[in-house]
Amino acid sequence: MTPDPNLEAVSAARWRVAISLTAAMMVTYFGFILLVAFNKPLLGSILTPGLSLGMLLGALVIVVAWALTWFYVRWANTHYDSSVDRLRQ
Amino acid sequence: MTPLAAPNAVAIAFFILFIVLSLGITVWASRRTRTADHFYTAGRSVTAFQNGLALAGDYMSAASFLGIAGLVALSGFDGLIYSIGFLVGWPIVTFLIAEPLRNLGRFTFADVLATRLTQTPIRISAAIGSLAVIAFYLIAQMVGAGNLIRLLFGLPYEVAVVIVGVVMLAYVLFGGMIATTWVQIVKALLLLGGATLLAGLVLARFGFNPLALFDAAARTYGPGVLAPGRQVTDPIDAVSLGLALMLGTAGLPHILMRFYTVRDARTARTSVGYATAFIGFFYLLTFVLGFGAMVIIGRDAITKIDAGGNMAAPLLAEGVGGTPFLGFIAAVAFATILAVVAGLTLSGAATLSHDLWVSVFRGARADEREQLVVARTATIVLAAISIVLGITFKGQNVAYMVGLAFAIAASANFPALVLAIFWPRLTTMAACLSMLTGTVSTLVLIWMSPTIQVDILHHASALFPLRNPGVVTIPLAFMVAIVASIVRPVPSEARRFAELERQLHVGVQ
Repeated sequence: MTPDPNLEAVSAARWRVAISLTAAMMVTYFGFILLVAFNKPLLGSILTPGLSLGMLLGALVIVVAWALTWFYVRWANTHYDSSVDRLRQ
Repeated sequence: MTPLAAPNAVAIAFFILFIVLSLGITVWASRRTRTADHFYTAGRSVTAFQNGLALAGDYMSAASFLGIAGLVALSGFDGLIYSIGFLVGWPIVTFLIAEPLRNLGRFTFADVLATRLTQTPIRISAAIGSLAVIAFYLIAQMVGAGNLIRLLFGLPYEVAVVIVGVVMLAYVLFGGMIATTWVQIVKALLLLGGATLLAGLVLARFGFNPLALFDAAARTYGPGVLAPGRQVTDPIDAVSLGLALMLGTAGLPHILMRFYTVRDARTARTSVGYATAFIGFFYLLTFVLGFGAMVIIGRDAITKIDAGGNMAAPLLAEGVGGTPFLGFIAAVAFATILAVVAGLTLSGAATLSHDLWVSVFRGARADEREQLVVARTATIVLAAISIVLGITFKGQNVAYMVGLAFAIAASANFPALVLAIFWPRLTTMAACLSMLTGTVSTLVLIWMSPTIQVDILHHASALFPLRNPGVVTIPLAFMVAIVASIVRPVPSEARRFAELERQLHVGVQ
């Protein structure tokens, strides 16, 4: 079976996006965890009454998770799906 | 521990209403469950939005609703680390797992591995990891259910465990995936609605400004509640827990199974997007619920009812909405347990009947009727086992078991699954060795950890310093798979991957 260059291209693009986004999520989350582990005083600093840096960053991790997921779904719905549709033909 | 309240009429009314509604759904679903495809996948007719809700319903356990709210109420910021950890696996599921899983498999995640590798050894190894995850997850849920229902409704522990087991059995046995899906959807709506209402009632007292609430907590209990504290002392343990939570989500058999209930990969992708939105929203609410309970109810009042803090959310409901709202939240917590337990049992039944009986023992020669009979028999067996385990572990500290389930899922299932999807050179032997190493090393290291040796067996020290083995076991499972594939390459299996690459993207045509 000879490799199909179109399939290879779709596959490469799909994995490039998936791996980059996975790396972005892991860096965000483990960056947060490592700050929690190694720099507690920094995360405890109060930005405004009721809001510490740690809580702000924690909420931001959730927002980043949403944003990356939204970005992926949008990318896949527009770019990936149309190239998969071309593969089907 | 004393019961929270004498069984109140509202709680019992909501409780009965939910049981009647869910059994009604089951009767309706049972008429539509005629083939194995219906039983395991609801005929692949679930929409993206419905599956998003059902995924959220399958995932958000009573442990996250009551446990995390309690943890935040008692230790502030540290509880939030869990809230965040339980969400961050979902993007990983979206990017790496959901679509290939839907395109390559039929009923279970082991299908994906079995499609490109040798069926029998793969399915047996995958079943060992899956059943270990399901067993520990089920024990944690059943023991939690017994304690919770005793506290909320004043029922004896054993009666509570039997009720949960029997009602869940009815859903799965008669209604299969169709009933399970709808129970999970109803539960997700109740839980999201109930938690939103509760958070709204709390915030109304603080001018709808969460910062005013957090500030009140800091002024009563010191600014330490907004900062990392004692829960995270060892950095390696913190990273290890984080890894297990993140990658374990992508290896939970009952979650992975839900991607087969939708029409195609595109729908699977959209559904996991919805799920991430719902679950993230829910965990943001736990910030408000936890700090709300800390300020409005107070730590002493919470620990007086339950030392672990598990009653923080129900107490908060009583505090801001009175007895009727407490009753409603108690019924929501009960619905939450039932939906999770049903999802777990269904995926266990799929492993036993589809992976082991039909595919391995019968060599895929079972007809529709036999597949359904075996699946239903497996369901009855699993329900009986979960009731027995729930009663056996009464009074035991099982809080670590959910963590253990995530650690096994991350070490046994995730590495083999992700390599099967991504890496052409993965061999049958390597995948089996990886799954078995992941399962066994996690079990051994948890046994040797301070959680078992010091906290439960009261030994002076533990052989293994970490409470969470993920940082060792996950890389180990990856390494075993990669090394074994390189040392003993199987070119025919790599060629099979090339044949499947098209199906991975396009699906079955």
